Amino acid sequence: MNIVVCIKQVPDTESVIKIAGDGKSIDTGDIKWVMNPYDEFGVEEALRIVKDQGGEVTVVGAGPARVVEALRTALAMGADKAVHIQDDDLYGADPIAVAKMLAKAIEPLSPDVVFFGQRAVDDDSGVVSSAVAEYLGMPQLSVITKLEIADGKVKGTRPIEGQTVVLEASLPAVISAQKGLNEPRYASLPGIMKAKKKPLETKTPADLGAERSDFIEIATLNPPPDRAPGKTVEGETAQELAANLAKLLKEEAKVI
Amino acid sequence: MDFEISENLRMMVDTVRRFVKQDLEPISQQVEDEDRIPEDVVQTMRELGLFGLATSEKYGGLEVGTLGECLVYEELSKVNACFRTRIGTNNGIGSQGVAIDGTEEQREKYLPLMASGEWIGCFALTEPEAGSDASNVQTTAELDGDTWVLNGRKHFITNGDIADCATVFALTDREKKARGGITAFVVEKTDPGYFVGTIERKMGMRGSHTCELIFDDCRIPKDRVIGGDAMIGHGFKTAMKTLDKGRLTMGASALGSAQKLLELSIDYAKQRVQFGKPIAEKQAIQFMLADMATQIYAARHMLYHAAWLRDTKGTSVIKEASMVKLFCTNMANKIADMAVQIHGGMGYMKDFPVERFYRDLRLTRIYEGTDEIQRVVIARNLLAEGK
Ligand SMILES: Cc1cc2nc3c(=O)[nH]c(=O)nc-3n(C[C@H](O)[C@H](O)[C@H](O)COP(=O)(O)OP(=O)(O)OC[C@H]3O[C@@H](n4cnc5c(N)ncnc54)[C@H](O)[C@@H]3O)c2cc1C
Ligand SMILES: Cc1cc2nc3c(=O)[nH]c(=O)nc-3n(C[C@H](O)[C@H](O)[C@H](O)COP(=O)(O)OP(=O)(O)OC[C@H]3O[C@@H](n4cnc5c(N)ncnc54)[C@H](O)[C@@H]3O)c2cc1C
Repeated sequence: MNIVVCIKQVPDTESVIKIAGDGKSIDTGDIKWVMNPYDEFGVEEALRIVKDQGGEVTVVGAGPARVVEALRTALAMGADKAVHIQDDDLYGADPIAVAKMLAKAIEPLSPDVVFFGQRAVDDDSGVVSSAVAEYLGMPQLSVITKLEIADGKVKGTRPIEGQTVVLEASLPAVISAQKGLNEPRYASLPGIMKAKKKPLETKTPADLGAERSDFIEIATLNPPPDRAPGKTVEGETAQELAANLAKLLKEEAKVI
Repeated sequence: MDFEISENLRMMVDTVRRFVKQDLEPISQQVEDEDRIPEDVVQTMRELGLFGLATSEKYGGLEVGTLGECLVYEELSKVNACFRTRIGTNNGIGSQGVAIDGTEEQREKYLPLMASGEWIGCFALTEPEAGSDASNVQTTAELDGDTWVLNGRKHFITNGDIADCATVFALTDREKKARGGITAFVVEKTDPGYFVGTIERKMGMRGSHTCELIFDDCRIPKDRVIGGDAMIGHGFKTAMKTLDKGRLTMGASALGSAQKLLELSIDYAKQRVQFGKPIAEKQAIQFMLADMATQIYAARHMLYHAAWLRDTKGTSVIKEASMVKLFCTNMANKIADMAVQIHGGMGYMKDFPVERFYRDLRLTRIYEGTDEIQRVVIARNLLAEGK
């Protein structure tokens, strides 16, 4: 089984996000960068499949030099090799433009399965995996929480509003991973030592014969509104307090 | 001078930080209450490679260097201290005797077992009559044909109850004592006459046990002298060399706990409202936070500097290591006191981790050489310099 996992490097969800002076991008100065958490499910699933069925896992990531750290994390988890598409201003680009480049890099690897996270936690576009599937002419199973691969076929489960839908396709296929698919392993310390010696290839978009073509651009970024202040429940007695709390939960918070 | 931390080490720190957050924080209180670490967590620690940080790659370890080891300890000490103690003896005092002075056969036999965490090692020097004055050990070892026969009692031995092997220091010449009369041995738990005695009831460090080890005509093969026959009588030097390195990692542990206490204190001060405002707006609280951060900054730099000296210059850092241990552990104890103060009555309650840190940190000024013994070492080196 030849598996490719695409990885996006995103700000750690604990980082404080500030909007940059241009009003269209974020201030990357103090940000700690990590592998997109949904991509970790892809890496983990790929490693499990290869452990059972044999094969090789290649991780692919696009962006500035720092992206190598996310790729190295995947190598430390156990992936075999990495391809880095180096482009200094790809971060924040049109997801379709990114997908085109990824497809160019993935094609020559002739994978049986290509994993993505179902979305990236920074821009939430959720488009790249579908676009890559389109460019590669592969079926896509999106937002998958359970996966089986056997006899050249893939079967994936997607949860939908209290139910599940089971999808089937023949390989090669693109899968986008959802939380619940597995419990990603840590990049162990011995794994980190080994990762240094694993192959990591750097390619420019030109090397891939890919041209950057953005269809959309970010117009503005707006910070979330300040959180509304808390509300103190009024009342003299316990009964009164409870009644008022229930009323607030029902009428204002609309949770009961 | 370059304070840049390599990508490799940063990745390791990230892994340990995640492990602490995902797996250790949630069970920290449970471990405290039950006084034991669940086996599945220990297994994850093995898989992460935490038992073999220091051990050379040749013997299955990671050889992350002094700075690497310090950084891992720093992260791991932001949670219940018993987790750090679990890996502590294998990386430090439990394995270093064999690593530094052992024969090739001894290294090949014991180091891989300890680096993988399959075996736990411990260090048995202290006795009721031999604490700071470690040279006063009374445990004896006598050669009887092809076996050594050990008799005596060690106490306060960390991980003694779960250890598979112990580095034991015993008198082989009553006259010479530390000057040629103490020998270091490896004793295995299956050796006849080896017993685990009382498990001590401690102020803190719950989840990690400290106990007596009893040798009652304990017979071990002749080749268990650390370093072979040539090292008979030179065990006290082995003990001192073993303790030297541990002083830096002890400093790192104290530093990690202090950093965590500062973070907890800042969060609490911002949330706790008295007199209509968060207490963080009071200068009395702000000054405590400022002092805490300043002390941590100083401690971190002296620790990293000493680790850097040892790693890149190969310098002997005996004096610096004692300074680091003395300063970092005292700093952390002061910070724990301030953290309790900032938390007010809550700081005295078991529902908040500051109370636990306060108790656990107290030990760092006592074991692996008390404050006073660190000063003795520092002063001895100062006065000997330029001689
Ligand atoms: C929880 C715990 C775990 C431990 N784990 C281990 C272990 O794994 N292996 C091991 O071998 N030991 C271990 N120890 C023992 C530890 O190293 C000793 O407790 C420590 O060295 C102090 O010895 P002592 O307790 O006998 O105190 P003492 O030596 O009796 O000291 C009492 C006081 O006198 C002071 N003092 C002593 N001599 C001098 C001097 N020359 N000048 C000035 N002041 C002096 C001391 O600083 C101290 O303040 C552990 C201890 C504890 C509490
Ligand atoms: C074991 C125990 C027994 C107790 N028994 C009793 C009892 O029997 N009856 C009873 O009524 N209470 C009792 N108390 C409560 C005790 O008096 C309070 O804990 C104490 O007054 C501190 O209040 P607090 O815990 O709310 O801390 P906080 O008032 O929240 O203080 C937190 C920190 O902020 C500082 N701070 C607060 N205000 C200011 C300010 N204006 N300027 C500068 N610094 C400030 C405090 O000094 C402290 O460092 C007990 C507490 C404990 C822990």
